[in-house]
Amino acid sequence: MAMVQPRSVRYRVWATHFGLLCFIGIILFPLLMVVSISFRTGNFATGSLLPEHPSLEHWALALGIPYTQADGTVLQPPFPVLLWLWNSIKIAVISSALILLLSTTSAYAFARLRFKFKGVILKSMLIFQMFPPVLSLVALYALFDQIGNHVSWLGIDTHGAVILASLGGMALHIWTIKGYFESIDRSLEEAAIVDGATTWQAFRYILLPLSVPILAVVFILAFVMNIMEYPIASILLLDVNNLTLAVGAQQYLYEQNYLWGDFAAAAVLSGLPITLIFLYCQKWIVGGLTAGGVKG
Amino acid sequence: MLTHALSSPVVDNKRPMTKAVFKWAAVGAVLLLALYLTVALYAQNQTAFALLFLVVIGSAAYIFSSPKAYAHRYIYPSIAGMVAFIIFPLLYTVGIGFTNYSASNLLSQERVLEQLLSQRFQTGEERYDFKLYPTDDKFVMRLESPAGESWASAPFSFSELQNNALAVAPAEQAAPDAQPLAIKDVIKLKEDLKSLSVNIEGGASLSLAGLRNFAPMQSLYGLRDDGSLVNQQTGVVYAPNQDIGFYEGPQGETLSPGWTVTIGWENYVQVVTDPSIRGPFIEIFVWTLAFATMTVLFTLAVGLVLANILQWDQLKGKGFYRMMLILPYAVPAFISILVFKGLFNQNFGEINLVLENLFGVRPDWFSDPALARTMILIVNTWLGYPYMMLLCMGLLQAIPRDLYEASAMDGATPLDNLFRITLPQIIKPLMPLLIASFAFNFNNFVLIALLTGGAPDIIGATTPAGTTDLLVSYTYRIAFQDSGQNFGLAAAIATVIFILVGSLSLINLKLSKIKV
Repeated sequence: MAMVQPRSVRYRVWATHFGLLCFIGIILFPLLMVVSISFRTGNFATGSLLPEHPSLEHWALALGIPYTQADGTVLQPPFPVLLWLWNSIKIAVISSALILLLSTTSAYAFARLRFKFKGVILKSMLIFQMFPPVLSLVALYALFDQIGNHVSWLGIDTHGAVILASLGGMALHIWTIKGYFESIDRSLEEAAIVDGATTWQAFRYILLPLSVPILAVVFILAFVMNIMEYPIASILLLDVNNLTLAVGAQQYLYEQNYLWGDFAAAAVLSGLPITLIFLYCQKWIVGGLTAGGVKG
Repeated sequence: MLTHALSSPVVDNKRPMTKAVFKWAAVGAVLLLALYLTVALYAQNQTAFALLFLVVIGSAAYIFSSPKAYAHRYIYPSIAGMVAFIIFPLLYTVGIGFTNYSASNLLSQERVLEQLLSQRFQTGEERYDFKLYPTDDKFVMRLESPAGESWASAPFSFSELQNNALAVAPAEQAAPDAQPLAIKDVIKLKEDLKSLSVNIEGGASLSLAGLRNFAPMQSLYGLRDDGSLVNQQTGVVYAPNQDIGFYEGPQGETLSPGWTVTIGWENYVQVVTDPSIRGPFIEIFVWTLAFATMTVLFTLAVGLVLANILQWDQLKGKGFYRMMLILPYAVPAFISILVFKGLFNQNFGEINLVLENLFGVRPDWFSDPALARTMILIVNTWLGYPYMMLLCMGLLQAIPRDLYEASAMDGATPLDNLFRITLPQIIKPLMPLLIASFAFNFNNFVLIALLTGGAPDIIGATTPAGTTDLLVSYTYRIAFQDSGQNFGLAAAIATVIFILVGSLSLINLKLSKIKV
C-alpha cells in the first residue's frame, strides 16, 4: 500500500465505486434485457425490465415443449435448440480433444527435439494462422465436397467435416504449450533417458503429468473457440438438425420472421452453461492468454 | 538371473519381428489407400485434390517409416492439418482467382456438353397420353393419341430394355382392369422415363414431354465433328470458346450453363479498373482499417482504465467488480451480437425505446451509414474491452510499486501516473498482442455477418457491397450471397487480402521479436 496518500482519497474511493457501478449497469443492461425478454408474452412486445405479464411460453418452446396459449392455440417449438446445443458441445469436445492431443505432441517436438527446418516451420505456422478461413471458404467447401465423394462421414453437412476443418487452427495452441514445456527443467527427462527410457516414455511419463494445468487451459480455450466458430460451420452444415448453436441461433432473427422472445429464451438457455464454465475457469484462461502472447 | 538370461533373447527376437511386420503392413495399407484416393480424384479431373492427397499421405508414409524423420512424427499430424485446411485452401483460392468459376460457370466442359446434349425440343404438335400398368415386377405402357388411337407395349422392366428403346404396337383390346400407376409413383420413375424412347410401330419415336404424356421429340443440339453444337431447331452453330467458357454463337450469344476456364488476370484487372468495384473496394478497405484501429484504441482505453482502477489498493470488492466486468467476454459472442441486433432494432428495440423516452429521438441504426458504423464500434468495444482489461491486469503486476510511490512524493496526479509511468511500461509487451487484436478485428467476420450483414448497401456498386462490410464479409458476400455467386472475383479479392494480411503478420513477427 502506498504510504503517501492525498487527503481527498475517501471521496475518490466513493466516486470510483459509483462510477464502476454505473459502468457495470450499462454493461449488464443488454444481458438483463435478454433475460427479461425471455419471460415476456409474445414476440413483439416491448416493456419494462420487469415483465408486466410474465410467461413461460418462450422457455417451454426453447426446451422443445409445445406451449398452449390462453386462447387454446398450441405453439410448436420453431427450432430444435437442445439438439443444436448438443451438436455444438459434441463438435467442440471432440475437436478440442483432438487439438489437445495433436498440439501437445507437436509442442513437445518443438520444445525438446532437434530436427531440420524447425525454426522455419514454427514461424510459418504463426504466419499462416493469421489468414482468416473465411476467405478460403470456397476452397474448403470444394475440398470437403471431394472428400465426401469417397468418405461419406467427412462430406458436406456432416459434423466430421467441421471437426476436421477445426484442426487447421492449432498453431496458437502449439505455441502456448511449447512456451510452458520450455519453462520445465529439461534435466528431469534427461535423467529418465539416462535410465533407459525412450524419448516417448520421457514425454509420456515425465513431462505430461507436469503439464496438466496448461493442458486444461488449452482445452478450455479450444473448446470456447470451437463453440463460437461460425463461418466454417455456416458453410459446411446445411440441415436444420445438423446446425450448431452459433449457426442456428441466427435463424430466429430474420427480418420477415422475427422471433425475438423465442430467441431470448434460447440464447439464455444455451449461453448460460458456456458463460458459467468460462467464469469458473477465468483465472486459468487469463494465464493461458498472457502465456501464449508474452512468452512468445 | 537364470530366468532373465533365458527369457530375454526370446523376447528380443520376437518383438521386433511382429513390430516390423505390423509397421510395414500399416505403411502398405496407407499407401494403397493413398493410391486409390489419388487415382480416383485424378480420374475425376481433380488434379489439385489428387496432388494434395499425394503430398499428405506420401509424406506420412515416409515420416512414419524412416527412422531419420523420428522427430517429425510428433509434428506430422498438426502440420498435415495446417497444410490440408489452411495452406491448401489458400493456394486453391489464389488459383480460383485466375478463373471464371461462378454460378454460371460451375461445371467442367464435359458436364456442360452432357447437359446441353440432353436438352430436347418437341417436333410435332400432338402429344400422346400414357399410363403405366404394373404387372408383377414389370410394367405395361399404354399410349393414347389425340385422335383416340391406342398403343400398348409388351410387359417390360426398365433395366432390361436395350438402348432404352420400347416398342409399342396398336392395342386391340381395351385398357386392363388393373389400376394404372398414380402420379406420385410416376414421379419416382421420372429418371427412367426420361431416358426412354418409345417407338411406334412403323411411325415416330417419342420421348417424355411431361409427366402425363409422350411426344415426338428431338435433341435440341447436335454435336458436330469439330466439337461445335448445332441447334437442330434453328440451325445456328455454337462453337466452344475456351476464353470465356461458353458455347458461343455467330452473334456472340452464349448458351447456359458455361464451364470453368482460366481467364488470367481479368478478375484482378476488374478489381483495379472497374470503378463500380474499385470504388466500393477502396471505401471498404478504408473502413476496415479504421474499424480495426478504432476498436483496438477504444478497447485498450476502456480496458486499461478499468485494469488500473481494479489495481487500486483502497478499493474494496475487487473480486465482484472483476467478475461483473468480465461478463461480456464470458457470454458467447454470437449470442451477444444477436442480442444487440435486437436491442438496436429501429422499431421495437429497447435502446431506441430508452432514447425516445429520454431525448425523443429514434436513430436509424441499420439504414444510416454513419450510425450503423457507430453502432458496430459500440458493440465491438463492449465485446472486446474485457480481453484488454485482462491483459493489462496481467502486465500491470510487473510494474514496480515504488515508481508510483516516488511520483506521489512529487505530487503527481493519477493521470500523470497513467501517461508517464503505466503506459510506457506496458506498451512494449502489449504491442504484439495489440497487433494480434488488430489482425483479428481486421478479419472480424462474425461481428459483421451477424449484426448488420454489411447493410446499408453502397449505392452504385455492381457487387454486393455495404458501408459496414469489412473486406472479409465483402468477399464472403460476393462468393456466397450474390445471385451471381462470383467465386472467381471473390477469390481475386481474397488474394489481395491475403497479401495485406501476410505483410501484416510479417510486421507482427518482426515487432514481437519472437525467438524460436
